[in-house]
Amino acid sequence: MEQKTVLIIGAGMAGAEAAAQLADNGLRVLLLEQAAQAGGNVRNWAKLFPDFTVAQDVRRQIFAQLDHPNIELHTDTAVATLREHQGRWTAEDEHGQRYEADAVLLASGFTPFDAGRKEELGHGIYGNIITSVEYEQAILTGRLLTTEGQVPRRVAFLNCVGSRDEKVGNNYCSRVCCINAVKQAIEYKELVPDGEAYVFYMDLRMSGQCYEELYRRAQQDYSVHFIRGRISEASGTIDRRVQLKAEDTLTGLPLRITVDLFVLMVGMEPSTGTRRLASQCGIAGEYGFARAAGTFTADNLTARPGLFLAGTCKRPLTIPETLADARSAALQIIDYLK
Amino acid sequence: MKNFGFNISKPRGIDLDKADTSLYRKLIRHVPSLERCLMCGGCTATCSVNNHTDFNIRKCHLMFRRGQLDGLSAELDKCMLCGKCTLVCPRGVNTRAVIMNMRILLGGASYERRVSHAVRK
Repeated sequence: MEQKTVLIIGAGMAGAEAAAQLADNGLRVLLLEQAAQAGGNVRNWAKLFPDFTVAQDVRRQIFAQLDHPNIELHTDTAVATLREHQGRWTAEDEHGQRYEADAVLLASGFTPFDAGRKEELGHGIYGNIITSVEYEQAILTGRLLTTEGQVPRRVAFLNCVGSRDEKVGNNYCSRVCCINAVKQAIEYKELVPDGEAYVFYMDLRMSGQCYEELYRRAQQDYSVHFIRGRISEASGTIDRRVQLKAEDTLTGLPLRITVDLFVLMVGMEPSTGTRRLASQCGIAGEYGFARAAGTFTADNLTARPGLFLAGTCKRPLTIPETLADARSAALQIIDYLK
Repeated sequence: MKNFGFNISKPRGIDLDKADTSLYRKLIRHVPSLERCLMCGGCTATCSVNNHTDFNIRKCHLMFRRGQLDGLSAELDKCMLCGKCTLVCPRGVNTRAVIMNMRILLGGASYERRVSHAVRK
């Protein structure tokens, strides 16, 4: 029997895990990645919630699987068009190179919210205001310092930047930022035990396994302060610190605080690839994410036979959820190609 | 001087750069469980005094935490120390000890002697 080919768009966690599962089951996999190397967003992460697993260890385990005779990885390959004709799928990249396959898995993922769109929060305007992704970079390089090269004595984290916010067109919850803020606040307190960490939140959504326990530890063991209130504006002070204004909703009073470093917990938005391909294939769902055929039993399927979905191109997901989803998508594809 | 009916209002609000949180830091040394508070308000909801007055133990604790101590001592005197709040707390905060210790810390004087009576948990 002729070997069937599956085209996977995106070599992040979802794409890599699905590729490995499909290759192990005897299918030929064409894995296309727009960046210069496989890895996706997880490449930016130092440690992972909720148990501080070293991200590099997880990456090594997942991406080592790509060294497989059935997998062909093409980096620097952004898919411009994706078409189906009589059950055969053809992707064309920006240089006109074509890739043909019997089925396609869209695993084109998310992109972090561009914090500059919330101008009132000062990212890109004042110093010492960074995103949660930039915070991870600082942890990765081991240099969590202010722009003046000082150790920050007081750090504030703000949740729901680009999530649950009609003003940027995103009514959904990005799901991972709450627990990530707890993780990052603990990491700060590990580095600067006598420093002060504040987390500003609207709700704390600790819905995953061991999330609530980590939140409890942040309070009890690390004395992280949690303040319920959305910061309305951030401004630079003359000594290059950041002044924040919020309502302390649980006292009902306005609150001001000056911090050395202000971290914006940016949410997830569909990547440009996700937006483009979902729209081209007629499966664009809410907020530009790709839409699955069904919520319960067809979450990896789409309205187009032969086109499958995995990972954060559908909605915000955690890494364990993404990996499980990729395996589930692989099973559906194997079943489809039988 | 003629009174025109105007006066200068005190600035409302909490300035965490100026707030004195030293008493709060003492408080959590004596009642470490307080740091686990979720602000759920279960303590206030079950409070017999809250049924009849505007005494709000959750808010008293938070004002204490933010260094907003004006009028707090008189407010805390309303508590009858019945302990129902401690029974309902989902995070196991020893709320009655919180109230006793806040009273003692705000009273100042014989703090060291009186604090030894407060339950440590």
